Amino acid sequence: MSFEPKNPMVKWVEARLPITGMLHHALYEYPTPKNLSYWWTFGSLAGFMLVVQLITGIVLSMHYTAHVDLAFDSVEHIMRDVNYGWLLRYMHSNGASMFFIVVYLHIFRGLYYGSYKAPRELLWWLGLVIFLLMMATAFMGYVLPWGQMSFWGATVITNLFGAIPVVGDTIVTWLWGGFSVDNPTLNRFFSLHYLLPFVIVGVVILHVWALHTTGSNNPTGIEIKDKQDSIPFHPYYTVKDLFGLGLFLILFSAFLFYAPNWMGHPDNYIPANPLVTPAHIVPEWYFLPFYAILRAVPDKLGGVMLMFGAIAVLFALPWLDKSRIRSARFRPVYKQLFWIFLLDCVVLTYIGGQPAEEPFILIGRIATGYYFVHILILLPLVGMFEKPKPLPASISADVLPKDSSDKEASNA
Amino acid sequence: MLKLIRKLSVAALLTVVSISGVQASGGGIELKSATWKHEGLFGTYDRAAAQRGLQVYQEVCAGCHALKHVAFRTLADLGFSEAEIKALAKEASYVDGPDDDGEMFDRDGKPSDKFPSPFANEKAARASNGGAYPPDLSLIVKARGGFENYLYSLMIGYEDAPEGFDLPDGMSYNAYFGGHKIAMPSPLSEDGVEYADGTPATVDQMARDVTVFLAWAAEPKLEARKNMGMKVILFLLLMTGLFYAVKRKIWADLH
Repeated sequence: MSFEPKNPMVKWVEARLPITGMLHHALYEYPTPKNLSYWWTFGSLAGFMLVVQLITGIVLSMHYTAHVDLAFDSVEHIMRDVNYGWLLRYMHSNGASMFFIVVYLHIFRGLYYGSYKAPRELLWWLGLVIFLLMMATAFMGYVLPWGQMSFWGATVITNLFGAIPVVGDTIVTWLWGGFSVDNPTLNRFFSLHYLLPFVIVGVVILHVWALHTTGSNNPTGIEIKDKQDSIPFHPYYTVKDLFGLGLFLILFSAFLFYAPNWMGHPDNYIPANPLVTPAHIVPEWYFLPFYAILRAVPDKLGGVMLMFGAIAVLFALPWLDKSRIRSARFRPVYKQLFWIFLLDCVVLTYIGGQPAEEPFILIGRIATGYYFVHILILLPLVGMFEKPKPLPASISADVLPKDSSDKEASNA
Repeated sequence: MLKLIRKLSVAALLTVVSISGVQASGGGIELKSATWKHEGLFGTYDRAAAQRGLQVYQEVCAGCHALKHVAFRTLADLGFSEAEIKALAKEASYVDGPDDDGEMFDRDGKPSDKFPSPFANEKAARASNGGAYPPDLSLIVKARGGFENYLYSLMIGYEDAPEGFDLPDGMSYNAYFGGHKIAMPSPLSEDGVEYADGTPATVDQMARDVTVFLAWAAEPKLEARKNMGMKVILFLLLMTGLFYAVKRKIWADLH
């Protein structure tokens, strides 16, 4: 089913630059497994949130001033004087949280259904790169309003690089553009906060390209075998994703219009003050699990390495997981481990928001330990010793109800 | 086993979500809570209370606390007429300029002006307040865990220090302030202001009124936001319902 345009204009362009054909293939005919569940909606929702953040962010930056003396007031100017400025800003700040919710669900879906396994290793890697870029972007964005949490969050996180032996202090000075978090820091964070989303767009294009090369994974984890197993992306998945988008937008709107500050921190409505440290410096909720891992080690360098290691090990997942069965549906032991791992991540999130005192320190250490034990030890072992359940013959055989032949018989 | 783990995960997730929402609230001291008319899905600011609250702010708080993000013109939100706003603004005086001769000059306030600040700068404010800096009140309700209830509690929380409590000179004891030692002396006293609408000016009444006024100052677009939210969500429900119907129809030929 190749693309043959009828419109002469489109034909003319297509002969010189086959962009319409490419889009047609990507968004229309892309053969998609017919059994994708709603867990597969989060990919397109993540793409949608990226666009929301880009549009609201570009307009916000028209009214924002990146200067330590003016940034806080310019945000209040947006909230009070700019037409629908409150809407734009709350969309952008809550949008960041919604983006992370969607991406975390997308990642855990990949973990459950083994979407990282061959031949989708590069797809998985590109996804992790997007995740890293998102974290950098979100962190720098949180600094821009120049409230107390902005300033102290920036101080804590940039100081982490000071743990690097020999060159640590030099790197921190270089990051700050001075000897403390100050105006040059705010300026470069604003510049990079504007730049990185466009880098994310680039990696998203690669991510989708890789996806369309290997094809989507599906709840059975077995590949498309014949035409029976797949359906064109449009209209089936466009409409399914639109329904998912509708539900998601209702949730987004509930936060946006009725609890816009619920996921924020009151201290960030206090202007930054380098002389007053907040009682508890906490990052945004989506960084809490990593913050918990960072604080699990009494040694600064160790903590930093463990925190970055927590993401680095995810890159090795396609080789650590020895099982050739993708979907947890057919992996009775892995299925249980998956839920324990999810629980572990939830515990880490909780611990990340607590002060560094007992019993939270101990719980945090156990949860951190388990995070690495799951990925580095349990995953390879389970793959070797687990007895998988029998796989269905094909995707079609799995979706079509067993009584479908009876039904046809009774219809006849 | 699997079901149990799954249930535990969900329970833990819900706990984290509910706790993280509360993590913000004040340092473990149970606050006095009141009901606020602007809470809830359809809540709007109590205009009469906010107008009285403005009077409390101007007569009691404004001596030390600025409100620098709030412009007089926005008082129209609270039901003040244009003439009233002009009159209110006119009471304030601003240094403007330079004029054509290069001189700065004093002028009366205009509706487009922000509330005047009582001190020229932070140093001046600290010098007149025993070293303490009275914070700007524009965002105070959103900037403290506990929000409206915190401010209300703080206003009515002045009492005698308990036996043996080490209270330095010039500090006051407040049941709801972190550490209980607060540099601000009790600001409200019975009949401290004389309300134009005849409402008895008890400490509790003034505390409530000024809290409503400052809640509005911190979140002036609350009513527009909830109003739009209702329309957006109704539209989304309809749209999502339609998408569901279309999805069912399109997928029907596959089943």
